[in-house]
Amino acid sequence: MYALNLRRGLALAAARSLLTRTCGYATANTQGEEVKARIEAKRQASVAGGGEARVAVQHGKGKLTARERISLLLDPGTFREYDAFVEHQCTDFGMASQRITGDGVVTGVGQVNGRTTYVFSQDFTSFGGSLSKTFAAKVCKIMDRAMQVGAPVVGLNDSGGARIQEGVDSLAGYCEIFQRNVLASGVVPQISLIMGPCAGGAVYSPALTDFVFMVRGTSYLFVTGPDVVKAVTNETVTQEELGGAQPHTRKSGVAHDAFDNDVVALASTRELLSYLPQSNREPPAPRFTTDPVDRADEALDRLVPSDSHTAYDIKSVIGRIVDDGRFFEIMPDFARNIFIGFARMGGRSVGVVGNQPLVSSGVLDIDASVKAARFVRFCDAFNIPIITFVDVPGFLPGTQQEHGGIIREGAKLLYAYAEATVPKIAVTTRKAYGGAQCVMSSKQLRGDINFAWPTAELAVMGAKGAVEILWRKGDPAGRKAAEEEYNRLFANPLPAAQRGYLDDIIAPSTTRRRIIEELEILQHKKLSNPLKKHDNMPL
Amino acid sequence: MPKQHESTFDKILVANRGEIACRVMRTARRMGIRTVAVYSDADADAVFVREADEAVRVGPAASTESYLNIDAIMQAIRTTGAQAVHPGYGFLSENAKFVKELDAAGVAFIGPREHALAAMGDKIQSKIIAQQAGVNTIPGYNGVVRDSDHAVEIAEEVGYPVMLKASAGGGGKGMRVAHSAAEVREGFQLAADEAASSFGDRRLLVERFIEEPRHIEIQILADGQGNVLWLPERECSIQRRNQKVIEEAPSTHLDAATRKRMGEQAVALARSVGYNSAGTVEFLVDKHRNFYFLEMNTRLQVEHPITELITGMDLVEEMIRSAAGLPLTTTRQADVRMDGWAIEARVYAENPDKFLPSIGTLARYREPTATSNNTDVVRCDSGVAEGSEISVYYDPMISKLSAHGPTRSAAITALCGALDKYLITGVTHNIPLLREVLASTAFGAGRTPTSFLAEHYPHGFKGHRLDNESAPQLAAATAALQFVRQARDANGNGKQRIHQTEYALVLPQLQDDGSVIRHDARVKLELKSPNLSLHGANGFGAKVAYADQKETEVDLTVTWDVDQPFVTASFSGINQTSQHSLLFLAPLPLGMRVQFRGTKFDIDVLTPEQRELSRFMQEKEQVDTSRLVLAPMPGTIVSVAVKVGDAVAEGAQVAVVEAMKMQNVLRAPRAGIVKAVHVVPGATVAGEDVLVELSDE
Repeated sequence: MYALNLRRGLALAAARSLLTRTCGYATANTQGEEVKARIEAKRQASVAGGGEARVAVQHGKGKLTARERISLLLDPGTFREYDAFVEHQCTDFGMASQRITGDGVVTGVGQVNGRTTYVFSQDFTSFGGSLSKTFAAKVCKIMDRAMQVGAPVVGLNDSGGARIQEGVDSLAGYCEIFQRNVLASGVVPQISLIMGPCAGGAVYSPALTDFVFMVRGTSYLFVTGPDVVKAVTNETVTQEELGGAQPHTRKSGVAHDAFDNDVVALASTRELLSYLPQSNREPPAPRFTTDPVDRADEALDRLVPSDSHTAYDIKSVIGRIVDDGRFFEIMPDFARNIFIGFARMGGRSVGVVGNQPLVSSGVLDIDASVKAARFVRFCDAFNIPIITFVDVPGFLPGTQQEHGGIIREGAKLLYAYAEATVPKIAVTTRKAYGGAQCVMSSKQLRGDINFAWPTAELAVMGAKGAVEILWRKGDPAGRKAAEEEYNRLFANPLPAAQRGYLDDIIAPSTTRRRIIEELEILQHKKLSNPLKKHDNMPL
Repeated sequence: MPKQHESTFDKILVANRGEIACRVMRTARRMGIRTVAVYSDADADAVFVREADEAVRVGPAASTESYLNIDAIMQAIRTTGAQAVHPGYGFLSENAKFVKELDAAGVAFIGPREHALAAMGDKIQSKIIAQQAGVNTIPGYNGVVRDSDHAVEIAEEVGYPVMLKASAGGGGKGMRVAHSAAEVREGFQLAADEAASSFGDRRLLVERFIEEPRHIEIQILADGQGNVLWLPERECSIQRRNQKVIEEAPSTHLDAATRKRMGEQAVALARSVGYNSAGTVEFLVDKHRNFYFLEMNTRLQVEHPITELITGMDLVEEMIRSAAGLPLTTTRQADVRMDGWAIEARVYAENPDKFLPSIGTLARYREPTATSNNTDVVRCDSGVAEGSEISVYYDPMISKLSAHGPTRSAAITALCGALDKYLITGVTHNIPLLREVLASTAFGAGRTPTSFLAEHYPHGFKGHRLDNESAPQLAAATAALQFVRQARDANGNGKQRIHQTEYALVLPQLQDDGSVIRHDARVKLELKSPNLSLHGANGFGAKVAYADQKETEVDLTVTWDVDQPFVTASFSGINQTSQHSLLFLAPLPLGMRVQFRGTKFDIDVLTPEQRELSRFMQEKEQVDTSRLVLAPMPGTIVSVAVKVGDAVAEGAQVAVVEAMKMQNVLRAPRAGIVKAVHVVPGATVAGEDVLVELSDE
């Protein structure tokens, strides 16, 4: 409460100085006083939003208000609000007499860890956070500004949907926002937090942004709600089951993570922002680290099990290599057979992709391919080098995958790696078989540096499968010998290294130092793709 | 100048694993002897295997097939040409059959001769011999107890309470205290079963149970050439489940006269069996300093480092010399030193609440530095490194951390300091308990009956209890860490201008009933250093208000390389100055996990506004999955390692599930009893299927 009072005090002082400047030569002092009072009253109304009763309801649901959320997202005292005085211009359905200053959304700019960040925060307490023409205009204004100055946009979503009273004006408002989401995509990072309802057409704005976070238990996202679902398909489903954090972080992959409450979600968003650049015009800001760049990690030399059928956790490999053992995982609960996330090496942000042997052998399937593809493209768009840890037995076989379009979906990951021009470093820790090997940041997809650990096996397929093809007609005894021969020849990184498909075979303990050395050099990498209107990735 | 060693052996084989194998090899190397390790499949990557000059695999993980596999070890001796074998402790260290085979093969056993080992290895026989040698013994029955009726008969004669224990045993296994005939009958079966499974020998003995006893033992060194020395005692009274946790040398309980009498009786016993090598005579000592012979251990004891620290002798070297037919390095009793005080803490991978073992990989592992200053010495005997596995197959001891100082309190301080700098993650460990016991006033005053833990922690140990001194310190130090982290985060564009910040912390405190109470603390920090340093020392003025206490002011200097584990915090308040080592274990979404005074705390470090608004946040209903083992993915069950009613340790394997030809070991998320098993090998499971349910009791 202290912070709010302070802000109000500052606002008053600002209003006072504005008045002296504009009305300095007004003859009637009373007129000046009256305007001042009206301005102040409107500002108070804007701050009050939907009023005390609705704020109490919002709190009762375990949710914070739009302004409280902004206050926790930004560095203390840095928020500068725009358009606090905006009111809607609708007169239908008695709206002329219903005006809430600010019109259901708080917009402005502030700082996150000292860096400029634009923010809009939908206010569920005023008109249920419903979107009007003026509401949309406020959001569009900050998005335009963010693109021009090159700063991230964070949207805090908590809205009942379109303002029905405004009809097509409201729909047009959504479209204006969608258009800006698309234009801003790849220009400035866009992050959406779903902190309440987000339904109908409104879902497409978050869907167009780079990262979508949800709050467990208090947020949901769906195109059509349970009532419509019931009417159309006769399926009975709750809001939570249909579009809560659980289905979207585990099944649909629409959300990139979920947090326990508003406070944690906002703190975690600050952390994510720390890994990202302000825009595509610059690299992410480096962060000071005391983790030595040449730190050797002996435990890595023994981490990959000698039995190639025994799983290990790729996260424990990544944790031993990156700065301070910390990473920010994206989509931790979706397609867990692949890891994606941000980390730092030598203080610089990197995007990390890694097959996860612990889940389904780290196989590539539809979900994993799409998950990693989008991440790789994000990193490429925002000048974040990509480190790939490869231990992949292949693509997942079966009708479900084939009929689901693994050919098209797998191609997305291939496409993403192939078109990426940021520094790409790959480390093969164990298996790299077949087409999946090609996909995972291979040398031929313009991988800058491809390392392998001595435990790596780069081959078209495993020994058993290969010999079954090569010895289709041979006797069983010979088959066993052939299997051993195949293993001797291919179940190691030498054949690939001898052909230059690997740049070096490195001791696992030295991986950190080797990657950082290469990143240092690759900072100056220059590579661009042929000029085109845009590409035509297999969507 | 390097010490010249008289010729002993060229090559010895160490028939053991882990820390003791490393320990023996260290002395061997110093004496210019080459070393051979033997290892099981589970230890193929172990530190002791890497440290040995040669290593030979002797079998699969189960110790009965590897470290107790005499044939395989004899084969390893032949293959490598080792001239002598050091057995360490446990495994074959007191196995007369093994010694016989070595004798027959002409290989020296670095331990006592077979006859002495056999005589002392049997508790019943050793008691008779001790009595004959004039050693005080506990009233009891000196023979094999036939059955539970016989046990009751003896118990009535000796008087309750009585102790039932394995004739072949040691280390607390197969021991039961009985206060009535009914308890004798019940305990007899359990103790016999435990004895059978631990030692392959069901025989039990019965004796008077000494109440409020202290466990004090005398170290013996003999060379088989008539030289027998007694070394000052070790007290091993802090025990859990009859197994030692903290040991010290000397004991606070003995006076010089008692010490001498005990030493002389121990020597008399050793002489009576023609003892050579190192051995230990264990006594129970009551509060009037009456002492009773318990047993003689014919091996190097786990806790030998503290004797080495106060006497300056190397017991392994003496054992090797004795086995090679050389006299002890010191042969006059008067030359045996007793310098200062040494304390050893056994660091176990176990939950210190219920002493249940924890299994897993040592994700982060850093031992405290060897020497803290000129007078205090810290010694860490371990056989693990970062990335090592604590497996279900062997003892879950991680290391023995010992400290030596000129006085007992100096040793305690040094050991606490070392424990505070000991980084172990990946398994649950007992450092919180060790740290708390050592810092307790009762331990400081030397009030250490064997019932110490049960008396002080009747509801189980719940970690360091924050008090009006430690809580503000923890709060201030944690806030300072947050200050430094925030400065680092904001340093991307060099705009750090903040010199004053207020934090609202929430400190958790585990209660006896297992619930957690959260206390608020407000910390106002003012940076006093001219510039903030992200690696090194920063001075702060702190105003701390903890719970409903009034605000106190303290000056605080925190030395920390941002986000590294090791933190030093010095406080200077109105009353006192103190310095603490903390461990920064991990950042959390709203704060951090720190280890302070041995115990881990997950602390929210909030802005006052975050704290204010947090009150609107609602606890989410969470499914308690900690009692369930879920399938991590769709797959096929390869094997199930548990059945209903089994007790499992935290991290113990419960099932193996195969997916995409990859086998994943599923482990118990906590210790408990298996309540239900929902799958059989061959079953197909979907992701998140419940495979096994656990219960607490």
